[in-house]
Amino acid sequence: MSESLLQVSDLRVQIAGRRGIVRAVDGVSLEVGAGEAVGLVGESGSGKSMTLRAILGVLPSEANVTTGQVMFDGVDLAQLGNSQLNRIRGRKIAMIFQEPMSALNPVMRVGHQIAEGPQVHLGMNRAQAAQRALELMQRVGIPDPERRFRSFPHEFSGGMRQRVMIAIALSCEPSLILCDEPTTALDVTIQDQILRLLARLCRESGASLIFVTHDLPVVAQICHQLAVMYAGQIVERGQVQEVLTQPSHPYTLGLVRSAPDVDHVRSSLVAIPGSPPSLISPPSGCRFHPRCKFAEQDCIEIEPELRLIDASRATACLHYQRCEEALRAEGADL
Amino acid sequence: MSHPLGATSELSPTASTGPLLDATDLSVSFSLGSAIIARLRHEERVLHAVDGVDMRIDRGEALALVGESGSGKSTLARALAGLLRPDRGEIKLDGRVLPARRSRADQRKIQMVFQDPYSSLNPRMTVGGMLHELLRVHHVVPRAEVDAYSRELLGLVGLSEEALPAYPRQFSGGQRQRVAIARALALRPELLVADEPVSALDVSVQATILNLLQDLRAELGLTLLLISHNLAVVRHLCDRIAVMYLGRIIEVAPTETLFTAPQHPYTKGLLAAIPRMTFSEEGEAPAVQGDPPSPLRIPTGCRFRTRCPIAQPICEQQDPALGAGSGDPRHSVACHFAFVSVPAPRAASTGARPDKLPAGGVPDADGGAQ
Repeated sequence: MSESLLQVSDLRVQIAGRRGIVRAVDGVSLEVGAGEAVGLVGESGSGKSMTLRAILGVLPSEANVTTGQVMFDGVDLAQLGNSQLNRIRGRKIAMIFQEPMSALNPVMRVGHQIAEGPQVHLGMNRAQAAQRALELMQRVGIPDPERRFRSFPHEFSGGMRQRVMIAIALSCEPSLILCDEPTTALDVTIQDQILRLLARLCRESGASLIFVTHDLPVVAQICHQLAVMYAGQIVERGQVQEVLTQPSHPYTLGLVRSAPDVDHVRSSLVAIPGSPPSLISPPSGCRFHPRCKFAEQDCIEIEPELRLIDASRATACLHYQRCEEALRAEGADL
Repeated sequence: MSHPLGATSELSPTASTGPLLDATDLSVSFSLGSAIIARLRHEERVLHAVDGVDMRIDRGEALALVGESGSGKSTLARALAGLLRPDRGEIKLDGRVLPARRSRADQRKIQMVFQDPYSSLNPRMTVGGMLHELLRVHHVVPRAEVDAYSRELLGLVGLSEEALPAYPRQFSGGQRQRVAIARALALRPELLVADEPVSALDVSVQATILNLLQDLRAELGLTLLLISHNLAVVRHLCDRIAVMYLGRIIEVAPTETLFTAPQHPYTKGLLAAIPRMTFSEEGEAPAVQGDPPSPLRIPTGCRFRTRCPIAQPICEQQDPALGAGSGDPRHSVACHFAFVSVPAPRAASTGARPDKLPAGGVPDADGGAQ
């Protein structure tokens, strides 16, 4: 595997809520190699977005990183102050958000928003930066860039706004792009366009990607590695195709099984019973045990750690073999 | 199995044989902007959300309405449910034309489940309060039986009786959606319209609601109109699918036919654009080019022609009508080139294979240009 670009270790984020402290991210470790695309998948409240935001120090004000290292380029980002982080944000690490309408400045022309990064970070003058913005608009497939340069975000469609976001993210040639559900708000045909665009641009620029989503098939289209999060922790990690076809955590298995598949119609969907736990007082032992059909006594007592079960696969399940058995028993290809 | 709706099952042999619901030439439009300015400029900005839709739903079937945002599927659903008044067209229920102002009895017959159970339930009313009010207002059951019937309804959607005195905030999203379904079923509707019933829910919870809808269909013989942008959900649950684009239905077919032999280029693109669990090596990129046009400026002729890979001059001049080919009469398409050999794609994206990030390449044609 290529040398790692980003190494997150034992990251913990807490949010002071009205009813107690929410342990939104609880000991997450993650590695991203140069040029690699890593998917971070989980349901709402699993801590995937918080993990992403913690990397770049853009957490909401009531959330704090309590422990953990975020090593990037030999520097621990978790130790940096805002002014130091500002030299990295947008320059070496860029972010793409779910809602481009709220992420873009509504009263600034999109061309200027794209040109802002190169002016601030790369020391370009206005004309150079504007030229660069035009090139970027061309690259992300915005038709008629000269005219669109002076448009405002509200004059764009959802897909075009997301293209603007991507142009902004790419403007300083970052080595890592963080994507927080960039296609969730888009229609399926537009999602298809944006995913292909992102994949091509990352490949061309050699940038790494962390892609947060709740949508497993989307991850399968764009990522190499996949980490599945549940209740603030990573419960399984490995190569995308392997994890999706041969899950070794019951939660992953449940996710894969509960999503209706366009190509295979099953008589009924196998739902995961219950709902995600409270992160104020999560269940003891394995956090998934109250919803897990393989759970045994030790799952309630022992908190399983994410451990490697073969060269590339890690799972945080004490009885991960059960998944394999269940899959075999079904003779199912998922 | 005994259930509260069993007694009034609409499936009695005496029921008429025609479709349960038959909508013809239904149109709904919205005026945008100020009426004064419109008068001054002698032009009105009118958004044609639903633009002449014919639709038939048979008794006991599950029909899906799919399309992208802005295609008018929710507007159509609301018009059918009587929540919006159509400008044109008529809706027949059981062979009888529904008047613009529906009587309470007519309102009961079509009930709706909304997308977001966080905003569709009154936060200041208990579940029992909601159901009781509904049952009393509509005189569904005698007063003395209201409570027992409410309990039965909750049982039907898989909630315990303890839910009665609880407020919506005490429930998870999935449970709230169950409450919303119980509320819709309380009036013993003949048609249940579910507008994106699972898209606001967590992935792991969606399956439970989909299974519930499926069970209810089997148990009650419910007729269902399911609106969704998710074709996987639709394939799982529905017998027939209607695809909407810019206010029109452009293709209707039995589910399997639509998936295996789609005729309209938009349907084909929509199916190809769905991300699959396995990365498809041979996929051409992207499935559909460009953005959907604004419903304020609907293209002349075929409304899909601006994004269509096989558009010809005729598509600009003639608006294709929804019609069946020589084969299956249940398969209708609104395309000049449906069921015939397809003309060569115009300036098609060629060859290059999409691939994962470092290894190969996604072809350059990312669309965007219109």
